[in-house]
Amino acid sequence: MTTNHTPLLRVQDVVKHFDISGGFLDQLRFKGGIHLEKTTVKAVNNVSLFVNKGETLSVVGESGCGKSTLARLILGLYRPNSGKIFYDGQRIDTLTHEQWLPYRRKMQMIFQDPYASLNPRKTVRQTLEEPLRFHNPKMTAQEARDKVDFVMEQVGVDPAWIARHPHEFSGGQRQRISIARGLILDPDFIVADEPVSALDVSIQAQILNLLMDLREKHDLTYLFITHDLSVVHHISSRVAVLYLGTLCELASANDLFNEPRHPYTRALLSAIPKVGEKKAKHIKLKGEVPTPVKLPSGCVFHNRCVYARERCKKEFPRLIELSNSTFVSCHGVEEGWPMD
Amino acid sequence: MSSLLEVRDLEVKFGLRSGDITAIDGVSFELDPGERMGLVGESGAGKSVTGFAIINLISKPGYISRGSIHFEGKEISAYPPDKMRTIRGNRISMIFQDPMMTLNPVYTIGFQMIETLKAHRDISKSQARAIALEKLKLVQMPSPEKRLAQYPHELSGGMRQRIIIAISLLADPAIIIADEPTTALDVTIQAEIMDLLQELCENEKMGLMLITHDLGVVSQVTEKIAVMYAGKIIEYGPTETVVHHPVHPYTIGLIGSIPGSIEPGKDLRQIPGMMPTLTNIPPGCAFNPRCELAADICTRQTPVLEEKQNGIMAACHMK
Ligand SMILES: Nc1ncnc2c1ncn2[C@@H]1O[C@H](COP(=O)(O)OP(=O)(O)OP(=O)(O)O)[C@@H](O)[C@H]1O
Ligand SMILES: Nc1ncnc2c1ncn2[C@@H]1O[C@H](COP(=O)(O)OP(=O)(O)O)[C@@H](O)[C@H]1O
Ligand code: SF4
Ligand code: SF4
Ligand SMILES: [Mg+2]
Ligand SMILES: [Mg+2]
Repeated sequence: MTTNHTPLLRVQDVVKHFDISGGFLDQLRFKGGIHLEKTTVKAVNNVSLFVNKGETLSVVGESGCGKSTLARLILGLYRPNSGKIFYDGQRIDTLTHEQWLPYRRKMQMIFQDPYASLNPRKTVRQTLEEPLRFHNPKMTAQEARDKVDFVMEQVGVDPAWIARHPHEFSGGQRQRISIARGLILDPDFIVADEPVSALDVSIQAQILNLLMDLREKHDLTYLFITHDLSVVHHISSRVAVLYLGTLCELASANDLFNEPRHPYTRALLSAIPKVGEKKAKHIKLKGEVPTPVKLPSGCVFHNRCVYARERCKKEFPRLIELSNSTFVSCHGVEEGWPMD
Repeated sequence: MSSLLEVRDLEVKFGLRSGDITAIDGVSFELDPGERMGLVGESGAGKSVTGFAIINLISKPGYISRGSIHFEGKEISAYPPDKMRTIRGNRISMIFQDPMMTLNPVYTIGFQMIETLKAHRDISKSQARAIALEKLKLVQMPSPEKRLAQYPHELSGGMRQRIIIAISLLADPAIIIADEPTTALDVTIQAEIMDLLQELCENEKMGLMLITHDLGVVSQVTEKIAVMYAGKIIEYGPTETVVHHPVHPYTIGLIGSIPGSIEPGKDLRQIPGMMPTLTNIPPGCAFNPRCELAADICTRQTPVLEEKQNGIMAACHMK
């Protein structure tokens, strides 16, 4: 995958497999003799993508398709089995713990469940001040206070509530606090994993508006993970569609929603229920989602795809770039098979 | 009384140590045979409690403190438990968000379906098995015979939800109450399950009460809609009209909050603040602290649900 300038983040052919075979006895199998059998979850398979400075790249896909694993790989919480990850041109997937420190400041994460991700025993002040003091050892107490107040105001939480604990806040307020924690170190890049999925729609709107507003004010770049496609359309510059740990399509939000190319993207988009729209005929998929333990051969989507041909069962479709800088991984699109 | 189900002025309270709190406050609506209705609102608005109250599944410290529930011409709100069982799971079935509330992990699907049937009807095992198979086919379950021998954990989330629907159909109910039946499912599976529910209601002339927070789902599946806020229905009318020309300021805000209702990248319409907790409901109109139209009267007098325009009922002083 080539770009004409250095993207802020580049993920190249990244693979992450988890060994879940358990202990020695769990691995014993008796199949015409005794074997040791490993069970591997193939969570992320050869994913490549890039995020340009100032944009919002959304990663979408259904539950278990590898979105959160990808986020954790990017933030160095997992090491890839193979592949490379670059931040601002620097390779980061091989860094040691100490070498990661400066990136821990620049790259921040916001999680889905603001309750689980905030320490229940810490006050808002502790939650926000501790990382600040850790990364800025020379900061005075007053400077830290001012910074915390400033960020709290930015996310719309009254600084007077600084001594409160997470359980004293509503879900929406807790999500604001975890956004404040994400912002306190003045990051450049934020990975948000389903940041509004646990919230009611009126609160979700408040948080989405806040995130878009902060992006402008602080010149932020987002990698936004969600399964909610209406949210994606609303906030993204570009979108990456994952299925079973594999990248199907990477395109600008406009192109993707106006003219989805990959058969899975089309099925996914046709299933979104839209307010005020009588049912559009959604594209029915064959069969069931396979598990990432038994990944289908060839194109991982072939057992569900109505356009699948022999080649799809044998050969993994490579990612090709179309004229409008849409990237698609599908034999049918590459060879121009009729798809309607 | 011509409707299949007619709920009038329903009130549900929970007795807490600190005093009673009112979870449902004067809710009224009706459902005709084969009609599909959506009950929408944000978390804590009272959707599930309303659904549970209809089939008397409110457990202590909760109780129905006022109102009537007419079903097939009978007043069922005060039915004792044994009499309620002739209704619940028979004439009115309920589908829960969590499939494991209906399915027992230690028994096969077949065993659970057959036992459910035998508990409600005096039939032989082979008759029950035949009905179970017929319902599995009705929900378009692939290889239905095989499913009877399987355990719930051997099935995917979507298949499990199909089984739940099949179980809810066993007694040919007149109404299905579905509480967030697809919230835990992926969007492609959700679309299939919603198609199925809608088809079943049309073909079998079944009424549907769809409880959900997802206005997109409601607007595709239902014919009418009731919007709840802080224990009350604040807007009630034909789905098309409510979704395109909502009357109540809360509904207007709610629809505007949904990404997709406006141009991508623009600020979403935002309702300030949040829904009050039950112990803190403001006097007058419960929505008044968040409402941009709020006037003096809104803090003093509770608006009643009344006919406004285009067949919509709404509870608002200013409309
Ligand atoms: N057993 C109980 N004791 C006390 N209060 C209760 C009880 N069950 C429900 N409530 C309260 O009744 C109100 C309505 O609850 P309900 O479960 O109907 O909400 P809902 O609209 O279904 O919300 P959600 O979308 O989160 O499912 C809530 O404020 C809830 O806290
Ligand atoms: N630490 C882990 N150990 C084993 N399997 C895992 C681990 N983390 C994720 N997985 C598996 O990898 C797949 C992708 O998971 P995840 O990235 O969490 O999906 P998503 O966020 O898209 O829902 C799933 O099958 C999941 O069960
Ligand atoms: S490669 Fe083949 S199976 Fe895969 S999406 Fe394209 S047409 Fe379908
Ligand atoms: S009654 Fe008043 S506060 Fe309530 S919705 Fe209408 S205008 Fe707003
Ligand atoms: Mg996840
Ligand atoms: Mg509920």
